[in-house]
Amino acid sequence: MEQISGVWVFAEQEDGHLHDVALELLCKGRRLADHLKAPLSAVLIGHQVRSLAPVLYSYGADCVFLADDERFRHYLTLPYARVLVQLVKSHEPRVLLFGATSIGRDLAPRVASNTRSGMTADCTDLQISDVTQRGQLYKDLLLQIRPAFGGNIIATIISPNSRTQMATVREGVMKMEKPDKGRQGKVIRVDLDFKDEDFVVQLLERYKERPRVNLKAADIIVSGGYGVGKRENFQLIEELARVLGGEIGASRAAVDAGFISRDHQVGQTGTTVRPKLYIACGISGAIQHRAGMSESKKIIAINKDASAPIFDIAHYGIVGDVAEVIPRLIEVYKQKSR
Amino acid sequence: MPYSSVVCVKQVPDTSNISGQVMKPDGTVNRSKLPTIFNPDDLVSLELALQVKDMYGGKVTVITMGPPPAAEVLRQSLYMGADDVALISDRRFAAADTLATGYALSMAIRKIKDFDLVFCGRQAIDGDTAQVGPQLAEKLGIPQVTYTEKIEKVEDGWLYAKRKIDGGFERVRARLPVLVTVFGDAAVPRPFNAKLVMEKKRARSQFELERMSEDNPFYYFYNDLHKLEEKGLLIPTWIIEDINAEEEKCGLKGSPTQVYKVENVVLTSPERKRYEPTKADLERLIDELMGDRIFG
Repeated sequence: MEQISGVWVFAEQEDGHLHDVALELLCKGRRLADHLKAPLSAVLIGHQVRSLAPVLYSYGADCVFLADDERFRHYLTLPYARVLVQLVKSHEPRVLLFGATSIGRDLAPRVASNTRSGMTADCTDLQISDVTQRGQLYKDLLLQIRPAFGGNIIATIISPNSRTQMATVREGVMKMEKPDKGRQGKVIRVDLDFKDEDFVVQLLERYKERPRVNLKAADIIVSGGYGVGKRENFQLIEELARVLGGEIGASRAAVDAGFISRDHQVGQTGTTVRPKLYIACGISGAIQHRAGMSESKKIIAINKDASAPIFDIAHYGIVGDVAEVIPRLIEVYKQKSR
Repeated sequence: MPYSSVVCVKQVPDTSNISGQVMKPDGTVNRSKLPTIFNPDDLVSLELALQVKDMYGGKVTVITMGPPPAAEVLRQSLYMGADDVALISDRRFAAADTLATGYALSMAIRKIKDFDLVFCGRQAIDGDTAQVGPQLAEKLGIPQVTYTEKIEKVEDGWLYAKRKIDGGFERVRARLPVLVTVFGDAAVPRPFNAKLVMEKKRARSQFELERMSEDNPFYYFYNDLHKLEEKGLLIPTWIIEDINAEEEKCGLKGSPTQVYKVENVVLTSPERKRYEPTKADLERLIDELMGDRIFG
């Protein structure tokens, strides 16, 4: 059997639809693979999903490992992990990337544990570099970069002695590039070797609603943080977003405080956004939050605390109470846009 | 039918309350100065384990891996109603990444032997990786149900649970033994039981007794050690040999990931304009944004 190492991406799909994060990771994976002068492969698991292979080629995959079976109709941890473990053990990819979705975060650590691979969650950047540690040179390691403890440091993690270096990345962190429809690739069918104990978890019911919040596509995002003060004040955020025709975002602290639901969360463990305008209201600007919005074209920060770090990345800073500034801003905007 | 549960908990620095006093001059956080708390998701997972016990009977054992002060979260577990606790503590476990942690916990649970359910919090607030639960399940060779928000029932050797997924939920059934990771919204942890606090407040680990003897040369801790043991108030401490773990798979040695470097974040401030919260200034701001065609 030909061994295909290089860079791999788990091509997450549900009901025949590829997840955006898989395509984003292929774009990033392409660059990593080029740097390594190695092929880029996608692992596609599902039922009747072969038609997705050309899409994966167009985003950079040279090769698609296809595990197609009726029993893969819905995601289940153990059978999916069985396929990945088997593939990782026989091909020993250098790099294996997953989207940090509810599926990726369930599956990847299971695979890492079985194959004893080093793994880092929620990376905000990935690079390839030589590393010298204690006098020893490691060629072409994956640098797994993420904000760490307490929020004012960025840690670079390496797995120098792992055959396979694994990482998860949130949706939106890596940029999706234009697909090249002319790219070709090849499909490698995976031989399946299930065991009865792979099916000891059974799906009884599954409910998914269409996402109500689409932060990634929004041109304008009005985000509230813990500094908004209370749930009632969050209505001001909602109103400003509505008036400006934008989407509502939130910091993790606001979500944890119960001001708004988790699907609005912007940041390292939420969604990464790049809107034309980002208005941060009562958000202090911890690095985990900044990681998810610092590439916005224009940033307005409104905060009582003049020393809040959010002001350091804002293009426009307003020191003041959200509850007073926002109504005034709405009034002025309404007058001006008449 | 009664079920045996093992709950894995962690004592974490309270990252949600970082004040000026815990910052070092270089702007990084002095981890040792942070107050510690019971990891919030783990507290909820303990609550679910206790609910299973309330419904079906059985036993709840709480374990934690950490430095000696982590005994505090075990005492708190006793106050909530845990039957047994154990502290997995050994310098050779230090600097474990998630894989080495999963391995050590799996060996401790194998020592407990008799278990139907293993509970973990979804993730710990100091790392947010959510990796230890699934890695532990794999090491134990049992299935996992992650992001659990409700345990519906345990019946005929199967667990029925509802789990959160992106944009919705799933209901699954899983054959026992199974590992469950619990979402922080799944339940409200019960308060400490006053009677249990009275009963268990003197529970101590051997480390804690030794520490007391260091502070007081006239204190002979073995007396207390035996007394506590008789009363069932000694918090057992397990080192590598107690759980038959291989040293090469523990701590730093057993961790495939390493921190290569840590950088302080330098903020690159863009050209910044300050505005007062006055009407006139806000008008200027809106004009400027309109000029940049940000709206519409």
